[in-house]
Amino acid sequence: MQSRFLPYMLLAPATLFLAVFFVYPFVQIGILAFSSGDGFTMGHIQTMASHWKFGTALWNTVLLTAIIVPIQLALALSMASIVTKLKTGRSTILFVFAIPLGLSDLAAGIIWLAIFEQSGFLNSMLAGLGVIEQPILFLGYQNMWVIFAAVVLAEIWRATAIMMVILVSGMGLIPKEYYEAAEVFGASPWKRFTKVTLPLLRPSLQTALILRTIAAFEVFAVVVALGGTTLPVLMGETYQWQFTMRDRNVAAAYAMVILGISIAATLVFLRLLRVPKEARL
Amino acid sequence: MSTLAPTDEPRAVGDTRRAGRWVFITATVMLMAWVLVPIYLLFVNTLSSPSEVSGFPKTGLPSFDFASVEFFLSFSGVARALWNSVVVAVLTMVLSIGIGAPAGYALSRFDFPGKEVFRMVVVMTRAFPLPLLALPLAVMFIRVGLDDTALGLAFVHTVLALPFAVLITFSLFSGIPIELEEAAWTLGCNRLQAFIKVVMPLILPGLVASAVFAFTISWNEVFAAAVLTIENRTLTAFLVQSLNVSPLHLKFAGGTALVVPALIFIFAVRKYLFAMWGIANR
Repeated sequence: MQSRFLPYMLLAPATLFLAVFFVYPFVQIGILAFSSGDGFTMGHIQTMASHWKFGTALWNTVLLTAIIVPIQLALALSMASIVTKLKTGRSTILFVFAIPLGLSDLAAGIIWLAIFEQSGFLNSMLAGLGVIEQPILFLGYQNMWVIFAAVVLAEIWRATAIMMVILVSGMGLIPKEYYEAAEVFGASPWKRFTKVTLPLLRPSLQTALILRTIAAFEVFAVVVALGGTTLPVLMGETYQWQFTMRDRNVAAAYAMVILGISIAATLVFLRLLRVPKEARL
Repeated sequence: MSTLAPTDEPRAVGDTRRAGRWVFITATVMLMAWVLVPIYLLFVNTLSSPSEVSGFPKTGLPSFDFASVEFFLSFSGVARALWNSVVVAVLTMVLSIGIGAPAGYALSRFDFPGKEVFRMVVVMTRAFPLPLLALPLAVMFIRVGLDDTALGLAFVHTVLALPFAVLITFSLFSGIPIELEEAAWTLGCNRLQAFIKVVMPLILPGLVASAVFAFTISWNEVFAAAVLTIENRTLTAFLVQSLNVSPLHLKFAGGTALVVPALIFIFAVRKYLFAMWGIANR
């Protein structure tokens, strides 16, 4: 009797919490985005879409993600392969690689600001090398692409660690026998990587890609730290509408867009990297 | 890697090995520098005087002048923001473990209808852009009087941390054989006593690690903090809202204030990082 109800009692707080603070607010976002005083409206969506910054913000966010995530995947795979191969100093190197995992995106933005600002270390280095006479204003609106590149670098720097950690633990699950067999048949290290590691790593790749892509759509503090509002992104616009224009409904409309592309990306990765049931480790 | 590509030329095995090793070491060192140098540069700026921070060109060496740090710490609102950050993070830590650990225990010890559904919901939360929750909750919090409070923000941060807490404690409990608990029951303990006397001591380090992880998640969060706090701003909210008006040395000192605790935390839980993400995979 007691043990039949015990699991439900133990789950009750978490379930209740998620219902109140996760399910309900997401329903609420939908209501805010699609309703006015008198029922359903597309007005907020139209207000959002007709604002001149919307197209740019959407394009910037998607482009940032499309550039950042593939580079991170390659970098994370290299890091994970290095760590898996290491015999000495494994835990130290692993820790160093994992450091950015614990850092705030705001901190990452400020760190890269130290490099890219006008009196920053990049200008100092260029001057030291004699490439430039006067420091360049990298993060101004005249140099939009530099802001863009700085955001890309900062995001790659900060968030590759999370992918790496997921991939390292995924690689740990691959049985050694597969590699031994591949070696017996004369497969080169590269062949072993593409024919054994990558296919068997699919579940971890899926998790890593989904998590990272969604986080990339949420890029906010890094952009604010490096470019203020010069480079519009979806999350930044959401914040602007919530605070500067004080229009919660349009902010919710932006949230719906971010939610929409996040769900779309998740479905794409789930489909693309599907692991058939019989092939699971 | 390119050096590992097969060549037709017969070459001494030792040679290729050595070359491959060299490339391997170079790549490792460069990747470590890629991670560490930017953090070092932030510290250099923090440990320089305000005039050095906006000076040009920079040497890349700290002058160990603490004027920037002192300026930051005595800047109006900073001490309070630091304190608020700690309060919110501690609340998040307590809430996520307090709510998450029982759920993790239930998942690991019982088979019951609805178990898979619950697990799916927990895993699914991570496929949502969670900071956006702050928008509707801002309205709800005004209604119930939680607006601009540490507790209100901690609720949102707990949504971020809870899935981790559930999945991590689930695997921690699964690592402890149920036979240990059963032995305690036969020796006269009830379920609660067995849990406190036998299971607790064994999972305590892991539990602390996941609590620290929850703390870090809250400490680092920017968007929800900026949306939900006005007077009681956390450090991240304070920094992001004053970015366009604050001088450079304030930003860098603030960045360091964010980074240093996070570095310590990650160091403290380094052993558990991989165990955590290993489970979070499934």
